[in-house]
Amino acid sequence: MVETKIRVLVAKPGLDGHDRGAKTVASVLRDRGMEVVYTGLHQTPEMIAEAAMQEDVDVVGLSILSGAHMELFPRVRDELVKRGMGHVLLVGGGIIPSDDMRKLESAGFAKLFGPGTRTDDIGAYIEAEMAKRRARNAAS
Amino acid sequence: MSLQDVIRTDAEARWRRAFEQGEKRDAEFTTVSGARLEPLYGPDDVALDPEQDLGHPGQFPFTRGVHPTMYRGRLWTMRQFAGFGSARQTNERFKYLLAHGQTGLSTAFDFPTLMGYDSDHERSRGEVGQVGVAISSLRDMETLMEGIPMAEVSTSMTINGPAPILLAFYIACGERQGVDPRKLRGTVQNDILKEYQAQHAWLVPAEPALRMITDVMGYCAQKVPQWNTISISGYHIREAGSTAAQELAFTLANGMEYVRRGVAAGLDVDAFAPRLSFFFDSHIDFFEEIAKFRAARRIWARKMRDQFGAKDPRSWMLRFHTQTAGVTLTAQQPENNIVRTAYEALAAVLGGTQSLHTNSMDETLSLPTEKAVKIALRTQQILAEETEVAHVIDPLAGSYFVEAQTNRLEQDAERYFQEIDRRGGVVPATEQGWIQREIHRSAVAYQRATEQGRKQIVGVNCFQEDESGGPPIEIHRIDPAVEREQHARLAALRRQRDAGRVKRALDDVRDACAVRSSTASGDCNLLQRFVAAAHADCTLGEIADVLRQAFGEYHEPKIL
Repeated sequence: MVETKIRVLVAKPGLDGHDRGAKTVASVLRDRGMEVVYTGLHQTPEMIAEAAMQEDVDVVGLSILSGAHMELFPRVRDELVKRGMGHVLLVGGGIIPSDDMRKLESAGFAKLFGPGTRTDDIGAYIEAEMAKRRARNAAS
Repeated sequence: MSLQDVIRTDAEARWRRAFEQGEKRDAEFTTVSGARLEPLYGPDDVALDPEQDLGHPGQFPFTRGVHPTMYRGRLWTMRQFAGFGSARQTNERFKYLLAHGQTGLSTAFDFPTLMGYDSDHERSRGEVGQVGVAISSLRDMETLMEGIPMAEVSTSMTINGPAPILLAFYIACGERQGVDPRKLRGTVQNDILKEYQAQHAWLVPAEPALRMITDVMGYCAQKVPQWNTISISGYHIREAGSTAAQELAFTLANGMEYVRRGVAAGLDVDAFAPRLSFFFDSHIDFFEEIAKFRAARRIWARKMRDQFGAKDPRSWMLRFHTQTAGVTLTAQQPENNIVRTAYEALAAVLGGTQSLHTNSMDETLSLPTEKAVKIALRTQQILAEETEVAHVIDPLAGSYFVEAQTNRLEQDAERYFQEIDRRGGVVPATEQGWIQREIHRSAVAYQRATEQGRKQIVGVNCFQEDESGGPPIEIHRIDPAVEREQHARLAALRRQRDAGRVKRALDDVRDACAVRSSTASGDCNLLQRFVAAAHADCTLGEIADVLRQAFGEYHEPKIL
C-alpha cells in the first residue's frame, strides 16, 4: 500500500517579516517526504484558512515572532473551523512566552515549539500525530 | 633561499609533522559560516602590501579605521535600539537610557508602522506597540520626542518602506520644537533592497521605492545635511541566515546600487555618498567578524574611488553601526546571552565600529526588560572603561590569521559581485529570488550543522538543563490597552485637523508620484511633499495609501 503523503501548509500570519524559521521548517519537512506549501509573508487568518482548504492540508504550521500570537492563533483556528477544517493538526512556533504557550495549547493547539527546537523533533511529532489520526480514522 | 628561510622552513616542517601526529579533538574546524580554517597562519598565508591594503587610520583604503584618532578621540556611540507600546512609553525609555549614559537614540517601530499602516487599520490588530513603538502621525512623533533636545541628540530610526514619511514626521517635529533641520543629526535606515532580500517590511515595488530613496538623498543634501540618509544594512541579511561573506557582499552590492541610482537621478556622487552609512551584525565567530568589518571598509573605499570616481575622501569611508547577533541568543539558560553579547561587542570594537547596540539577554523570550537593557548597556561601558581595548587603533592588524581572513572575505565578496552582475544587478537578482535563496540555503545548512552536533550551542545541543519550570527571568509584556489608546488618539486627530488641508497635501503627494522622471533635487521631491503632509496632520497610513495606489504593492517572489 502506498503511504499517503502528509500535506502541510506553513504560514506566516500578520505583518511580521521574520521568515527564517518558517522557511527552514518548510524545507526540512519537505526533505522528510511531506508535501509542503509555504504561503509567503503577511497573510491574514482568512487567507491562511482559505489556502488550507484549497490545498486540502492535514497540518497547518504557523510561525509568529511579532508578539501578536494571542490574537492570531485563535483567529486562524476560528477561520479554519468556519471552513470545515477544524480537523487539521495545528502547530506553531516563534517568540512566545511559556505562559502564553500553555494558554494556547490548552485552547486547542496540538503543539507549540519554542526557540532552539530541533526541526527533526517537529517533523517526528507531526508524523507520529498523523499516524495516530490515520489509525483512528481507519478503525472507525 | 637564505639561511634564515631554510631554518624557518625546516622548523615549520617539524611543526607540521608534530601537528599531524598529535591528537585532535573531534570537531569541525570551520568558521560559524562554514569556511575551513587552518590550524596555524603564517607569513605564507597572507599576500599583503601594507601601504596599499592597510594604509593608516583615516586614510585610504581605511582598512585600519575611518578616523585618524579612532577611540582615542571619541569612543563609539552607545546606541541601544528601543521602542515599544505607545509614544509616551518609549519616550520614557529614551529618557531612562539617556539618564544612564547612553549617547544616542535608536527607535524601534511596531510592525504596522514598519508596513505603513495606521494603528487603527484592520491589518494592525494585535500588533500595535508589540515589537516597537506605534507612530501614526506627527502628533505621535511629538510625544515620542517630548522633552528631548532634538538639536543635541542624534536619533536613528529603523524603518524602510515608509522611511521617507517617518523622516518627514521627524523633520516637522524638529520644526515645531524650533530646531532648524540643518541641526538635526541622525539616521534613517531607508534600505529597501535588504527588505526585499531579508527583513521583509516593504511598501511599494523596487523602482518607485528607489526613486523615493534618491529623493531623500537629494532633499537631505540641501536641507538636512547632517542626516545619514541610508543605513545600508547587512544585519538583517545575516540574521536571516546568511554567511559572513554573503552579509558582506550583498550589503555592499546594495550600497553600490544606491550610489548608481543617486548618480542616475542627477546627483553628484560626492554630494550624497558621505551621508551613506552602514549597519552590520556582529556574530559569534570572533575573528571572522573582525575581518569582515575590516574587509568592508577596504572594499567600499576601493569601489567608491576607483569605480564611482568619488573624489571626496568622506565618500570613500565606510562608517558603520553594529548590533550583536540576535540569532545567537538562546531561550535556554538566558543569562548566558550576556556572555555571548560581550564577545560579539568586543569583536565590533576591535573591528572599529562607530556605534554599537548590545542585545539584552531576554530577547528570545520577549522585548527586553529595563534591567536586561541596563546590563546590555553596562556591557559596553565595561568594554569602554575597564578593558583598555579602545586605547590602540586596529590592534589586530598584522595578525597573519586576521589578515588572511580579511583577504579571504574580500575575495569571497568579489565572487558574489560578479555573480550579481551576471544576473543583471541586485534588483533583478532580488526580484528573481536568487539572493533570498542563497540566504535560505545557508540558514538550512547551519540548522543541519547544529542538529547534527557539528556546531555546538551551549544550553541547546550541549550542556542542557531541565528548564521545564519556565524561564528564570522576568518577561516584559505589552499592555493591550496601548492599541485602544492609539485608536482614540487617531480618532481625536482625525476630528480635530483641517480636512481641506489634509486633502490638498495628499493630492500634492499624488501629483509628485505621477512625475516619472523626477530628478532628486527637483520640486517634485517626495520627501518635500511628505514634510508638508506631516504638518497638515496627514497620517502615515493615509500617505502610504497614496503611494500604494500610485505605485502598486510589492509581491515577494516564490523561493520555495
